[in-house]
Amino acid sequence: MRIGVTVFPGSNCDRDALYAIERTGAAPVELWHADADLKGVDAVVVPGGFSYGDYLRPGAIARFSKVMKPLEDFAKGGGPVLGVCNGFQVLTEAHLLPGALLRNVGMRFVCTRVPARVETAKTPWTSLFESGDRLTLPVAHNEGNYFADERTLRELEDEERVVLRYLDNPNGSLNDIAGICNAARNVVGLMPHPERVSEEALGSDEGLKVFESVLSFAGVRV
Amino acid sequence: MNVQETYTALGLSDFEYDRILELMGRAPNYLELSLFSVMWSEHCGYKNSRPLLKQFPNAGSRVLQGPGENAGVIEVGDGWALVFKMESHNHPSAVEPYEGAATGVGGIIRDVLAMGARPVALLDSLRLGPLEDERNRYLFREVVRGIGGYGNAIGVPTVGGEVEFAPAYSGNPLVNAMCIGLVRADDFLRARAVGEGNLVILFGAKTGRDGIHGATFASDELSEESEEKRPNVQVGDPFAGKMLVECSLNLLEKDLLVSLQDLGAAGITSSASEMAAKGGVGIEIDADLVPLREEGMQPWEIVISESQERMLAIVEPEKAEEVLCVAERFELAAAVIGRVSGHGDLLIRHEGEVAGTVSARHLADAPVYEREVVPPVYLEKAREPDLEKIPKPEDHGSALLAMLAHPNLCSRRSVYEQYDHEVGTDTVVLPGADAAVMRIKGTSIGFAATVDCRGRYCYLDPKGGGAAAVAEAYRNLSCVGAEPVALTDCLNFGSPEKADAYYQFASCIEGMAEACEVLGTPVVSGNVSLYNENEGEAVYPTPAVGMVGVFDDVGRMATPGIKREGDALVLVGDFRPALGGSEYLEVVHGRVVGAPAVPDLTSEKAVSDAVRRAISSGLVNTAHDLSGGGLAVALAEMSLMGSIGVEAQLPLPGVRQDVALFGEVGGCILLAVPEEKLGKLEAILEGVHHTQIGHTGGERLKVSGSVDLGLDELRAAYERDLFERHAPEGGHLG
Repeated sequence: MRIGVTVFPGSNCDRDALYAIERTGAAPVELWHADADLKGVDAVVVPGGFSYGDYLRPGAIARFSKVMKPLEDFAKGGGPVLGVCNGFQVLTEAHLLPGALLRNVGMRFVCTRVPARVETAKTPWTSLFESGDRLTLPVAHNEGNYFADERTLRELEDEERVVLRYLDNPNGSLNDIAGICNAARNVVGLMPHPERVSEEALGSDEGLKVFESVLSFAGVRV
Repeated sequence: MNVQETYTALGLSDFEYDRILELMGRAPNYLELSLFSVMWSEHCGYKNSRPLLKQFPNAGSRVLQGPGENAGVIEVGDGWALVFKMESHNHPSAVEPYEGAATGVGGIIRDVLAMGARPVALLDSLRLGPLEDERNRYLFREVVRGIGGYGNAIGVPTVGGEVEFAPAYSGNPLVNAMCIGLVRADDFLRARAVGEGNLVILFGAKTGRDGIHGATFASDELSEESEEKRPNVQVGDPFAGKMLVECSLNLLEKDLLVSLQDLGAAGITSSASEMAAKGGVGIEIDADLVPLREEGMQPWEIVISESQERMLAIVEPEKAEEVLCVAERFELAAAVIGRVSGHGDLLIRHEGEVAGTVSARHLADAPVYEREVVPPVYLEKAREPDLEKIPKPEDHGSALLAMLAHPNLCSRRSVYEQYDHEVGTDTVVLPGADAAVMRIKGTSIGFAATVDCRGRYCYLDPKGGGAAAVAEAYRNLSCVGAEPVALTDCLNFGSPEKADAYYQFASCIEGMAEACEVLGTPVVSGNVSLYNENEGEAVYPTPAVGMVGVFDDVGRMATPGIKREGDALVLVGDFRPALGGSEYLEVVHGRVVGAPAVPDLTSEKAVSDAVRRAISSGLVNTAHDLSGGGLAVALAEMSLMGSIGVEAQLPLPGVRQDVALFGEVGGCILLAVPEEKLGKLEAILEGVHHTQIGHTGGERLKVSGSVDLGLDELRAAYERDLFERHAPEGGHLG
């Protein structure tokens, strides 16, 4: 299985994502922002960082990159897409996911590890988890405060599209939302960084399961 | 302006101007004078410090590159080398704290990058005035935001650091940033221009008018007029910085560069003349070819502009086209702006005319000042308090809580949570421990880094304080289990033209040099920041030490937090606490007096080395040194970090309880180890002072009947938000 990682100018978790993917046994593929080509990958990770310097708004400029057009087609065709941190912000800006990520209510950048709960296993990126699983995951962001209008929030909850929920909310996110998926469930956005806890040498490998899930979902034995 | 007014405004003395006339054999024009002004500033020319710095040992079996390059280089193992340096950005941060701190981080990252290394870790050493003052709170908040703003965006984790507060830093904060880079040991670069006919390519951000005469500004005292120098402060763009890192590494990977140099203080001038002087060649620059951000810039402005995020490369002519293409891929401006020539001059052309020409050797050869070392009068006063008369606290527990809540001793969480410390997925030990621990992917090896200095110690005993800074760094690395290898320093002092500050400067260096010799940790890079004064008052002498150590097996390391109930607590080292210069005297009694404990370097080394053996043998994974606040604070920290209590007896019967609990001493480390391993530990510690002082367990910190506090009480004091007075309403989140 080949998993692509988009690289925008200013992405800075791209190498970390490529490394974590390699550890699952899948082939990591770098997808350069200026190439309108997904190189035939089976899944795509939009990594964290500060694409285009977060200028204007996080993710607001990256969504117009050349690589985004085939990515949007891939997502609309049901291909598994995961946005992590800035990647989540890019996916909301591209309207592949609803809502927006606002400035943290503490008005400062927050880098810490937070307890969170997996709310649904029914996505390609959580298929190996069970709903209710507790994880401790790193967050590192300025704008992780999830916001959506009431109707959207209700839809997300009713359709079990909240994928991950904070047990100790670090940013003021509505309904303690740490991650969501689209209606078709193939596109997932997470504020926490699973790639940062993908091996015991870093204190925990709980996050690797996110990448292993997409392999398992695609029928690859993990 | 007459000539004298002009060179005085540029920060040159009469003596220096005469020397320029002598060297050039004619009067310099404004551009040439500007070149001398920046290259002969203390910041670039080290004119007050060179003779003193000679005392530092620079060689060691793992040292691949000592001082004189953009950064030092040491060998780690498995073919890997670490490149590191620390640098100050004090003056810019005093007038424009966010950008000052941010560009400090950007600048040190480029120093490491210029050696061909990928920057992988940042640390910071900060000093500010007390937070009771609104201006200090503003400086603190913005400096921390600036460091995070740059480091987080460029994607280099900030893994460690320190911050201290004292009135001596009011108005003149110290902002020192350290960067560590990783490179194959065979592949690192030196900034040498070679090969007549090779081209000079400038790439990165475009050049503007920002930061004109920043180096000269950095070498002056701060005063009310400094506020007017805000336009001298550069503005950083971490996004461009990130592109610059990736572009440079890509160029190196493709083997397209002969050499590389970052543009820091004094911009193109400094980079080009340093490269030329080191290579023994000349460089010709055509100012018209420099990609500009704004119109109408004078040639002298173009060549000394300190616009950020730029690098200068020497490239063979046939590779120039490809270099420009790579830069374009990374959306950076790039242009051939000159060539390497056979003559030894830095020659600037503008509109076809020679706008200035100066020997690169002359620019790199700033005059050297050696001054008389006179012991200051204040030292006698500081050293004569009658410590017997210090009243004993009514309640030792309350004194401990007050100390844990003090900004100098409380948790640094509210600072380091604002820094991304995990990006890069190599951070093995998160901030809060004695030193940061990083792994090197694909190997079992790793490294550790720490920055340390006790300004108050250096003020009360400059020589002893200098030695103590090196010793503390050595001890901190040993506490995590790393073998200390080498250090970089950032020497922050007042004006060398004043006798007290010069004495402090000379004596701290003497003490540091002695400690480096005994501990076997050479100095491989560094930075000098003088004239740290505000309205005539100097900062505490603050020679920050950034030390790097290595692990053969990074899996065998230790952290301060207690891991298990029932472990034996062992105090290693000759425990002779003293009150002089202690946190306790300052926090509880409001006094900065007395002689701090002078480190016994031989015993320091024996203790640290023994502890390191205990950790690397896999016997011990809990260790923490005694530092500010003494034994009681160290025990509280170990308990809080592990969420397990402690019951201990003070090992010094008959000594005043407050001295034993809060007195400070070098060369002492606490270990927690399972009872059944005590025998083996004893064998490793043979020949080194050690005593079992108690056990881990429970939910309280109990020491000799004088302290008995619940972990929740301790935590409430210790875990405070240093920015609490800034928190917007309802904005404080756990």
